[in-house]
Amino acid sequence: MIMVFAETQDGKIKRSALESVYYGSKVAAAQGTTCAALVLGQVEDGGKLGAYGANEVWQVNDAKLASFDSQTYAEVIAKVAADKQANVIILPDSSNGKSLTGLVAVKLKAGVLSGVNKLPEWKDGKLYVERALFSGKAFASCRIDSSNAVLSIAGNTLKPVAEGSEVAVTSLTVDVPDAKTKVLSVNRSVGIVPLPEAEVVVSAGRGMKDPSNWGIVEDLASVLGATTACSRPVADSGWRPHHEHVGQTGIAIRPNLYIAIGISGAIQHLAGVNSSKVIVVINKDPEAPFFKAADYGVVGDLFEVVPRLTEAIKKLKSAGH
Amino acid sequence: MKLLVAISQTPETTARIAFKDGGTAFDPTGVNFIMNPYDEWYSLVRALELKEEKGGTVTVIHCGPVANEVTIRKALAIGADDAIRVDMEPDSAYAVAQQIAAHATTAGYDIIFTGKETIDYNGSLVAGMVAGLLNLPFISHASKMVFSGDKAIVTRDIEGGTEEIEVAVPFVISASKGMAEQRIPNMRGIMSAKTKPLQILAPVAAESLAKHVEFRVPPAKTAVKMVDPANMDELVRLLHEEAKVI
Ligand SMILES: Cc1cc2nc3c(=O)[nH]c(=O)nc-3n(C[C@H](O)[C@H](O)[C@H](O)COP(=O)(O)OP(=O)(O)OC[C@H]3O[C@@H](n4cnc5c(N)ncnc54)[C@H](O)[C@@H]3O)c2cc1C
Repeated sequence: MIMVFAETQDGKIKRSALESVYYGSKVAAAQGTTCAALVLGQVEDGGKLGAYGANEVWQVNDAKLASFDSQTYAEVIAKVAADKQANVIILPDSSNGKSLTGLVAVKLKAGVLSGVNKLPEWKDGKLYVERALFSGKAFASCRIDSSNAVLSIAGNTLKPVAEGSEVAVTSLTVDVPDAKTKVLSVNRSVGIVPLPEAEVVVSAGRGMKDPSNWGIVEDLASVLGATTACSRPVADSGWRPHHEHVGQTGIAIRPNLYIAIGISGAIQHLAGVNSSKVIVVINKDPEAPFFKAADYGVVGDLFEVVPRLTEAIKKLKSAGH
Repeated sequence: MKLLVAISQTPETTARIAFKDGGTAFDPTGVNFIMNPYDEWYSLVRALELKEEKGGTVTVIHCGPVANEVTIRKALAIGADDAIRVDMEPDSAYAVAQQIAAHATTAGYDIIFTGKETIDYNGSLVAGMVAGLLNLPFISHASKMVFSGDKAIVTRDIEGGTEEIEVAVPFVISASKGMAEQRIPNMRGIMSAKTKPLQILAPVAAESLAKHVEFRVPPAKTAVKMVDPANMDELVRLLHEEAKVI
């Protein structure tokens, strides 16, 4: 049986949880078994995980789970997994997922692979799955050598589809240990899709010249329903918030569409974005290295090209697409 | 404070990545190796700053063969007091975590630092595993750490923002950008590194439980399609009809 840790935020199922659960349901189907989703703490809409493939939704609703502590969460996930004899445990490769994956694996003495980007296969009874490494410059086929496996799923691995119907949420009683850390505050920009989950990303670099010019980037992002990102020097000089910084030292993303505006395409920048499905580069320098990594390129002044692109997309959208 | 920093060695950020022996092993030909940047710039330097603020010692631990001692000496040149090398091929996160935990379990460290990930395997696993094996609090992807009395206030990167967390020692922390600024070793550091203690430990028996079996590089990108900057309708058409991403 497959168990998925379904992440919540402010009492609601996170978008990434739909993908984790959908992935879990596909693994379960391949193994001829069932998929259960586990939610920790309060949640209003846990039942909808049924639509994305969970046969059961379990909830441990304990006040000690109201804020995130990696050890406490990992302990509960491991206890439930052991109790229910889950043989594949799936987590998202998100911030909290990254805090949990190693802990959960050790607690279960399970083989673990992080950031996997395909569905697993079984050969001679062993689980094989693929993951990216060297910042997207390579892939590896990996094998789990224990009877149970812990996998964390890279964002945008599968597009979750609601194929089933809601299920009732079952409450589980688990002895929840006390947290040794205390969350003092959470500062998160609200109302945007977080970068690792975004399907479309509009990113801009030093070519923007000044932070006051970002209006055209935000307009483009807004017509596309995209999340904004930036290159490292832009974040370093405080033009944009640190959490928008993508690349080797920032976050690695793999959206369906990455639009790079006034970014040269240094190898350390590419390291964070080269797994994007489609890359569009807008740069006035035809020699910019980014064009070598691009699917579509536009050589031109971004201050003219970007507003023109925004208008063209508006036209497409108003034509009903 | 007694501080332990786990360091790993990785190919340089600009290295050409290739594999040999039918895709079963990394090809190191012509590749320069460096200390993993997250370990060097953020985790090691923050540990050194903490020692300067509060007194104590900074020990670095590395799991790897004798050839990697240049990386260990660099950490000593930047300012670590002493080093441990566990003599082994670091072939999985779990094998490495078990060595670090075996050493740390009786050593009484206040804080165990790692980088948020290595830039080769991008696993982000060792720190959590060490915390799991030692049953210590664990905070990942920390971009800032200050002390207030005997408690650390740690800022952690989360999607679209940050979270502030309070924790008392001992704990395990993995560092991301922001924790500290890179330090370049000076001549005195480089000279003194040669004589700082480097202890070699035989590995404890460890399991791997997961293996990278076969590697490959992604297929070369097809040539970029250039679009006239005056004709963004054409770009939109291509993205809509050909690439089907909008
Ligand atoms: C170890 C290491 C790690 C690093 N990690 C990262 C990382 O995580 N992320 C990252 O982004 N960088 C990283 N860097 C930095 C990286 O090497 C580059 O310096 C950086 O990405 C450059 O940012 P940029 O493209 O915005 O700026 P620039 O390189 O200055 O490029 C600006 C681009 O804008 C174009 N431009 C200017 N004006 C216009 C205009 N009017 N219209 C159209 N185009 C215009 C120019 O032609 C140019 O190509 C790292 C570097 C090192 C050494």
